[in-house]
Amino acid sequence: MATLRDIPIGGSAKVVKLSGEGAIKRHIMDMGITKGVDVHVRKVAPLGDPIEVTVRGYELSLRKSEAECVMVEANA
Amino acid sequence: MKERVDRMGLRIALAGNPNCGKTTLFNSLTGASQYVGNWPGVTVEKKEGKYVRDKSVTITDLPGIYSLSPYSPEEIVSRDYLIEDRPDAVINLVDATNLERNLYLTTQIVNLGLPVVVALNMADLVKKNGDKINVAKLSDQLGCPVVEISALKNTGIDELMQHAIKQATSKSAAAPKVRFDAAVEDVIDQVEALIKGVPAHLARWYAIKLLEGEQRTIDSIKPSKTTLDKVAEIRAGLEQRFDDDAESIVTAERYDAIAHMVDETVKRSGKNLTTTQKIDRIVTNRWLGLPVFIAVMFVVYYIAVTLGGGVVTDWANDGISGDGWLYTGTEAYDAAVADWEEQVAAAEEAGDEALLAQLAEEEPDASDGSYGLWIPGLTPIISGALESAGVAAWLQSLVVDGIVAGVGAVIGFIPQMILLFLMLSFLEGCGYMARVAFIMDRIFRKFGLSGKSFIPMLIASGCGVPAVMATKTIENERDRRMTIMTTTMIPCGAKLPIIALVFGALAGQVSDDVWYVGPLFYFMGVAAIIISGIMLRKTRMFAGEATPFIMELPQYHLPTVRSVLMATWERVRSYIIKAGTIIFLSTIVIWFLMNFGFYEGSFGLLDSEMPDYIQYSLMAGLGSIIAPLFAPLGFGDWQATVTSITGLVAKENVVATVGILTSLDASETDPTTWTAFAAMMGGSAPAIMAFCAFNLLCAPCFAAIGTIRRQMASAKWTWFAIGYMTVFAYAVALMIYQFGTLLAGGGFGIGTVFALVVLAAILFQLFRPMPKYDKEKPGVVAGAAEAA
Repeated sequence: MATLRDIPIGGSAKVVKLSGEGAIKRHIMDMGITKGVDVHVRKVAPLGDPIEVTVRGYELSLRKSEAECVMVEANA
Repeated sequence: MKERVDRMGLRIALAGNPNCGKTTLFNSLTGASQYVGNWPGVTVEKKEGKYVRDKSVTITDLPGIYSLSPYSPEEIVSRDYLIEDRPDAVINLVDATNLERNLYLTTQIVNLGLPVVVALNMADLVKKNGDKINVAKLSDQLGCPVVEISALKNTGIDELMQHAIKQATSKSAAAPKVRFDAAVEDVIDQVEALIKGVPAHLARWYAIKLLEGEQRTIDSIKPSKTTLDKVAEIRAGLEQRFDDDAESIVTAERYDAIAHMVDETVKRSGKNLTTTQKIDRIVTNRWLGLPVFIAVMFVVYYIAVTLGGGVVTDWANDGISGDGWLYTGTEAYDAAVADWEEQVAAAEEAGDEALLAQLAEEEPDASDGSYGLWIPGLTPIISGALESAGVAAWLQSLVVDGIVAGVGAVIGFIPQMILLFLMLSFLEGCGYMARVAFIMDRIFRKFGLSGKSFIPMLIASGCGVPAVMATKTIENERDRRMTIMTTTMIPCGAKLPIIALVFGALAGQVSDDVWYVGPLFYFMGVAAIIISGIMLRKTRMFAGEATPFIMELPQYHLPTVRSVLMATWERVRSYIIKAGTIIFLSTIVIWFLMNFGFYEGSFGLLDSEMPDYIQYSLMAGLGSIIAPLFAPLGFGDWQATVTSITGLVAKENVVATVGILTSLDASETDPTTWTAFAAMMGGSAPAIMAFCAFNLLCAPCFAAIGTIRRQMASAKWTWFAIGYMTVFAYAVALMIYQFGTLLAGGGFGIGTVFALVVLAAILFQLFRPMPKYDKEKPGVVAGAAEAA
């Protein structure tokens, strides 16, 4: 399945599930990336990592390695 | 009157997300009556203050958090305070422009059975965007009063406090109507029925936490084995039905319920691109991001170093540790000085002792007012006063040479620091620093730190004391410790004179005139940090996965003048306090060591008019004992050692000590000081460089060490940090001197062998693969467990 990492800049996707466990997963969820929410990938940092996404109306930055924990379904 | 009695000792907690305006609200609620400390056991800041309108009400500012999950020390502290210490009411500050995520914390707080008032901050901005929030409906859903305020404009705050005090005195707990999906609610009810011995108002909270299987809750309420088994069974059923784990289900349900509530209560105007997004299109742009960052930093340092360091600091130094200020007629005075210096130089060349002596008497002096308006500085005023009061010579020397000179040197940096911190506080307040972390993260992650470590390092270029204090914002304990250990390797303002002196001695040029000197040494500081980071990361203490970088990029907004001034003041104040206490005491000790000693068989105050008096001092004795240690670094004589010791007190002492040792009126921009310093180092360029490297990298000044002790909250870690810095500095200096000497055609000796061994050890640690330690995973969870 695709992860948030695979979504191109400017694209958006619906979250299906979060993999991993423990603090990092909890932290991602606490920030609003939960099952069913739409995430818009806004940009990538000048050095290629991390990325910036818009979720629940605000801007969140996370590393590509963390974005890999987020299983998504690309929006058409 | 009765109502007042009831209010006696009300405790109101202030909770909310980071960046929601909590600090601004707290400041306006408490005015200047704040107490800042640490929560017990952790280095999370604890702020308390009395409500300005009613001193019987205590306001506790909880750390900014996104959730009550027990993963970061901040979350644990807030949670424990709310659940165990039971404040009389909670004010939950919510950023109305970002309702959905902010309400996530709110829906957890209203579950705690406490009186809650929700403060909708920045309500004015919401209106400006054309959106409309139905406050009555939101209040009904959350089961507690909701008040629209603007912390920035100071509106709605009285009303907010009236509600909070009313809820607290009537003890009316929040009664939220927020409910999850029926199937999940059903399961929560089942668990709620199972648990016994918890207060009724916390039943739902504990039921949800048990359902999530949170270890911390299990540890605190200790349910029986059968209860746990039954809960596990219920959880398994739920997880199967939803095809997800319980924790994810509950979190998703909570957010869904909030999204639903927000849909019902907020009418959006449908504007798409916010101002923040427009700014970020340039500021964090893939191509423009780095150039913009470099340009911003260049402007900040140009203003702080050139304007602050050059003009303002010189002005302050003239007055405090110098002779005074000349306000008018400076041109005539400068011309006279230049003329006089020429004559002296000519006399020196001719070797005319008599003329020299005569000229020494004729040095142009502005202090008698002959050149223009002259205002005497602190030093002549104090020494004049002491002399006319007939104070003993040793006391005069202590006050003038010890205290005024020592503390004065420290105070001289204050103007520069004020400028630097004004600008950095502004950048922090408006939201740019989060973008800096975003841009720089890639580099810092390489050696196991996150972009957040960059902010303390920026501040360290001003002063290490507030830099170490700024590490507070790094949640992860390992990252914080490592940042504390390495951040003072960045040359601070007080180290710049050392750099100027060394550069002058090596290149014979005033470093201010050579553009690349400053950046070069900052770059070397960053290199030292990177090397240290990579090496430390592979030790048992710091091993583990990289910390996550899941960070909100807050909306840009103009910070208030007041908040920028307060942030600046807090940092400058920390520096002044250290200067006033630690540096004050240590200058006295250093003064004693330098001015007392055995001369012609008797112990006493040495005559500082006597040439080379210093060689009889206690400090010289101490220096000679330690000196052999520095021999492999090329500066194994007592003079250089003494210089390094005084540098420990405050780095700005180094140049002054060189002055005393060489009996010159030392200045890092004066060529005679350069030659004297080079002579002191035996004229060896590698030794001079090694001396510089050692003094820049070894333990920071006493003030910074004191701050490290406070931030580490552990003597063991403090010693480890100081020890590491000193050993690392020694290793670097050793390699510079030994290899430098070798390249310059010096012999291959035992020292060279040592240096090679050190180099090999460093390269090994740098390039060996990550060693595997025990299976247990350190990191956030371990840090949290430690904090508990």
